[in-house]
Amino acid sequence: MSLITALFRGRLGGFALDVRFDVPARGVTALFGPSGCGKTTVLRCVAGLTRLPDAALRVDGDVWQDGRLRFVPPHRRPVGYVFQEASLFPHLSVTDNLRYGQRRVRDVPHPVAFEDVVELLGLARLLDRPTAVLSGGERQRVAIGRALLSQPRLLLMDEPLSALDRTSKDEILPYLERLHDRLEIPVLYVSHDIAEVERLADTLVLLEAGRVRAVGPLADLLADPVLPLARLPEAAEVLEAEVLAVDGAYGLSTVAVSGGRLFVPGVAGEPGTRRRLRILAADVSLRRTPTAEGESSILNVLPARITGAEPTGDHLMTVFLALGADGGGAPLLARITRKSWDLLGLAPGQAVYAMIKGVALLDKG
Amino acid sequence: MHAMIEAIRLTVTLALVTTVLLMIVGTPIAWWLARSRAWWKEIVGAVVTLPLVLPPTVLGFYLLLAFSPTSPLGQAATAVFGHALPFSFEGLVVASVIYSLPFAVQPIRNAFEAIGDRPLEVAATLRAGPWDRFLTVAVPLARGGFLSGAVLSFAHTVGEFGVVLMIGGNIPGETKVLSIAIYDYVETLQWGKAHILAGGMVVFSFLVILTVGLAGKRLGWGRETR
Repeated sequence: MSLITALFRGRLGGFALDVRFDVPARGVTALFGPSGCGKTTVLRCVAGLTRLPDAALRVDGDVWQDGRLRFVPPHRRPVGYVFQEASLFPHLSVTDNLRYGQRRVRDVPHPVAFEDVVELLGLARLLDRPTAVLSGGERQRVAIGRALLSQPRLLLMDEPLSALDRTSKDEILPYLERLHDRLEIPVLYVSHDIAEVERLADTLVLLEAGRVRAVGPLADLLADPVLPLARLPEAAEVLEAEVLAVDGAYGLSTVAVSGGRLFVPGVAGEPGTRRRLRILAADVSLRRTPTAEGESSILNVLPARITGAEPTGDHLMTVFLALGADGGGAPLLARITRKSWDLLGLAPGQAVYAMIKGVALLDKG
Repeated sequence: MHAMIEAIRLTVTLALVTTVLLMIVGTPIAWWLARSRAWWKEIVGAVVTLPLVLPPTVLGFYLLLAFSPTSPLGQAATAVFGHALPFSFEGLVVASVIYSLPFAVQPIRNAFEAIGDRPLEVAATLRAGPWDRFLTVAVPLARGGFLSGAVLSFAHTVGEFGVVLMIGGNIPGETKVLSIAIYDYVETLQWGKAHILAGGMVVFSFLVILTVGLAGKRLGWGRETR
């Protein structure tokens, strides 16, 4: 399997970086962590914009850096880099910005076509405008298109949404998701916003103070009791789901997840479509017995097993669950009060019913 | 009349040659001063700026010594040009280039510095090599600085007096430039001719300053690179 193998060690200013990870060279890998944890530095090292002597980087079999022996300069690395600010060239038109990288690559087996990028990112209306009149969201779309047209084998995105307001963010996210679905370019995506990561990432590299805390599939890390992610106030789990049926009359869809079936709002797509769901820990409560039909307004009540629990703050408990009566399904998080935990007499290993009040479809339709 | 036209022709030729040479010599210096992280770069920067504050006669004096046929530099120059540099047009060009260097380097350096790292990094990730980045990103983004540098170098060379007097003397058609001619006319009480040349210089200088101001505005684009 193709891999990105990275090792970056060194001091930059007063900051010590000691990072090592292997991630699959496909899908979206999020580099996630608080501000100042070294995410951007790692991305810059991958692009070759920052050079550490004690570093090794291998992408899909190609050595991009091997300590001091080999260092491929940035312009010889087939990466596309999307910076936090769009950084369009002010002296070039939108079209010339888009073509800047494209003109400089040759002999790519299956090049991404200009027209496809324009279509994918909705740039047709912008092509003839000067860059100065574009909105923040439009500029960032052009920047993404410009990076894609340089025919990268690896796309690097450094918090591409963080400089944008809410509206522009919501405008761009669907484009990023389409990218993720339509192109086969692996992405390293730097973010400090867990909601963004939950929508986009497949693999997570969790960084803390210049070190790698954990690497793995997103769903595994979100519900890992050892990691801080499950303790976040907005802790959530993502689940891969397959659409089974759509109930047009009620505007609901039935989807299958590992360990059960769920109703989700809206038309989730044709049967067989794969979607990603997010369930917030705060939206999951527990009961000892199943609900009979007509007893509760909550539609999604699934058998599950408690795999662990941990006090969170003063009065709350984060409960780690595995769906299915036998606990063989997907992990899930529930957040209940400590008082409920004691009143229900809950304990790890116990079979319970998870009442799921809200399921969000993460737009990947 | 002929002498006046001769002086104007000589001055314009000198200023043009000097400006072209300054763009060629000044650009790499400005680039290095803008991009280098060497600790001693400000020392170089100060040396380059020195002609701005030195009295032209001081500069002219040292250049005269350096160019003298007995000095190694002077001998080298004689070997290259076939004659000694002092009191020749080539000598004026070399002196003018040194004298006007800060007027070319400063604006170009400032323009390069204003670009910052980002556009060059963007270009690097878009497969542009170092020369490519310089020519397609740095130079176009700094073109306001190039224009200011060129216009100021040209104007400053036109207005030169002290260095020319020290190095070039007063040879019609060879080293007798405008400012020397004006001085000559005043000395010899030819006020009418002095008026024509001096008045012309006033108009010319005004136009230069106006051009730089207007062009700076038009080429400003703002510093926005987001």
